[in-house]
Amino acid sequence: MDIFLQQIINGLVLGSIYALVALGYTMVYGILGLINFAHGDIVMVGALVALSVAQALAGSGLPPPLVLLLATGAAMLVCVALGVTIERVAYRPLRRAPRLAPLITAIGVSILLQYSAALVWTKQYISMPELVKPTMFTLGGAQFTDLQAFVFVLACTVMAALLWFIKSSRIGRAMRATEQNPDVAGLMGVDINHIIAFTFFLGSAIGAIAGVMVVLYYGLGHYFMGFMLGLKAFTAAVLGGIGNVAGAMLGGLLLGIIESLVSGYIGDLTGGVLGSNYRDIFAFLVLVMVLVLRPSGIMGQHTGDRA
Amino acid sequence: MNRRHILATVSTLAFAILVGCGKEAPPAAPKKAEAPKPQEVAMVRIGSASPLTGPQAHIGIDIKNGVQLAIDDLNAKGVEIGGRKVRFELIAEDDEANPTKATTVAQKFVDAKVAAVVGHFNSGASIPASKVYSDAGIPQISPSSTNPKYTLQGFKTAFRVVAHDDQQGPTLGKVAVEKLKARTVAVIDDSTAYGQGLADAFAATVKAAGVKIVAREHTTDKDTDFTSILTKIKGRRADLIMFGGIDPQAGPMVKQMATLGIKAKFIGGDGIQTANFIKLAGDAAEGVMASTPGLPKEQMPGGKAFLDRFKAKFNAEVELYAPMGYDAVMVFVDAMKRAGSTEPAKFLPEIGKTNYRGVIGPIAFDEKGDLRNGPITIYVVKGSKWEALETVTPGAAPGGGEATAEPAKSDAAKK
Repeated sequence: MDIFLQQIINGLVLGSIYALVALGYTMVYGILGLINFAHGDIVMVGALVALSVAQALAGSGLPPPLVLLLATGAAMLVCVALGVTIERVAYRPLRRAPRLAPLITAIGVSILLQYSAALVWTKQYISMPELVKPTMFTLGGAQFTDLQAFVFVLACTVMAALLWFIKSSRIGRAMRATEQNPDVAGLMGVDINHIIAFTFFLGSAIGAIAGVMVVLYYGLGHYFMGFMLGLKAFTAAVLGGIGNVAGAMLGGLLLGIIESLVSGYIGDLTGGVLGSNYRDIFAFLVLVMVLVLRPSGIMGQHTGDRA
Repeated sequence: MNRRHILATVSTLAFAILVGCGKEAPPAAPKKAEAPKPQEVAMVRIGSASPLTGPQAHIGIDIKNGVQLAIDDLNAKGVEIGGRKVRFELIAEDDEANPTKATTVAQKFVDAKVAAVVGHFNSGASIPASKVYSDAGIPQISPSSTNPKYTLQGFKTAFRVVAHDDQQGPTLGKVAVEKLKARTVAVIDDSTAYGQGLADAFAATVKAAGVKIVAREHTTDKDTDFTSILTKIKGRRADLIMFGGIDPQAGPMVKQMATLGIKAKFIGGDGIQTANFIKLAGDAAEGVMASTPGLPKEQMPGGKAFLDRFKAKFNAEVELYAPMGYDAVMVFVDAMKRAGSTEPAKFLPEIGKTNYRGVIGPIAFDEKGDLRNGPITIYVVKGSKWEALETVTPGAAPGGGEATAEPAKSDAAKK
């Protein structure tokens, strides 16, 4: 039982990271109907910026929490600048173009970011200096560290704050209005360009936090790390119902738990025929099944065609 | 403009990208820095193939630098083969540790008419590439591929200057059983020719010694999350975990073991015996053991001088296989000298008769092309440094047999 519980904890932590990244996908999709494939690579840039700052400051004698804060701040700054610039340069000119055009642009931006990062940080794995020694906790025979708990709580907090913000704030209302009908929202005095840029601002900032969590938890980063992470997070967003903030969270956690349980038990269930190296196949199998049975995702609502 | 429709398109696309994700990087441009050559000097090209990008780049660049150093040494000294002055030129290619890319690189070498190839690093790359070299009659010495299959294909062109995994695996197994007194063992590999081969050889040995294998798990050479596998192993109460793979996986794996509170000992092959592993694993690296073919760097006959010169030239520590890469070039040139020719067809038969004292020690090949009496050294991490525990020579019969100790006439090792 303690092993099962441990697998659930593993899945929750992995899922929290997916969820944080998925929030960025889902917000942009909700407003623009665009799948921002570059988002995974923005997370990668955030992770590598944080890594570099942490490496530079690790020996400086500053207290570790401060180093971490500075690293996160730098990552957020770079990511936000990057996200808003990408929207302005690559997506805004194509807003009235057929849907596939911005999608392909997004893939292009993703590749551009990857290879720019390879130029800056080389193609090697970079290791994160250990800033804080994790403290161990035991719960019903399962073990977890304060870092793992932090990742989970942070993901929940960010999601709750985002939900509240979209529901209650003035900008949040404008965001919802833009989502429902950008033209009418514009007529009502909402500056659509502003709102869309703000969505990218928010998504990239959350992406930067996700990137910092990844390097903190796994202790390493490289230029290609955003690809698979982005793909999984996108899967999570679709699983939960893309465009739905709570759905992204649910989808992320669900995907993390599925992966964890699959890699933990698949070997025994198939008598050793399939190993845990097949876990990604199951993640995408679940995506296909959800799309077939419930095309709008678990929490997605059916929306009419957009004008 | 239907959302559902777009979603379906995009997921299909995501699949397509996923399937094709192995080949992301554009081919590296061949480096050709041809020096202006006086007409009577013959140009001989030596190929070096290893991963120069990606997670294993640090090991691949290490090999390339070893080859570079050998070629620079030869050119500085001036070599005469069959009465003609010869200059050597390095063509280094990136195989990305990818079997498919490795055959492309091999074909490139054939087209560039290289005389010999040092490579590849990965067994999974060396094995498919060796067919291309064999067809073209170009001799190949792998500085590091340890999968037994590499020399079992019957190719006369395939050689290696390291002990193979049918020697390394059992040596590791013996350490686990005799030294570490393991009773229950979990075995993980990275699903590559190298990792799986080593893990299988290890598993067979410990099983034969009566040790119970409580879990046999596989991951990939791209993964960084192993918590689920490790949790399963924790549930099976293994007291030793063996990993067949490379440091980018082993580092986080050892770290995650600590997070999960797994107290089992960790042991691996040459792929984890790197400075990078300790960097990635941090404090969790303490006490990890690994075997590596070859003598400890410092104890190699030409080791100290080699390490110093390597450091002076590249401003980097020798990671793993640079001395093997260096010696591979020297073995080629030694054979060329004896054959009096730089034609692969002429000097290939001479490689099999090699009796050379290199940086790594005496080099001679058996009929398959494997290194005779290749030593294997066991290391342990102590105080964030790899420390050599002991060196064993698995192939050597107790009686000594045919081990020829007579020093060869070559001069390169004495420098």
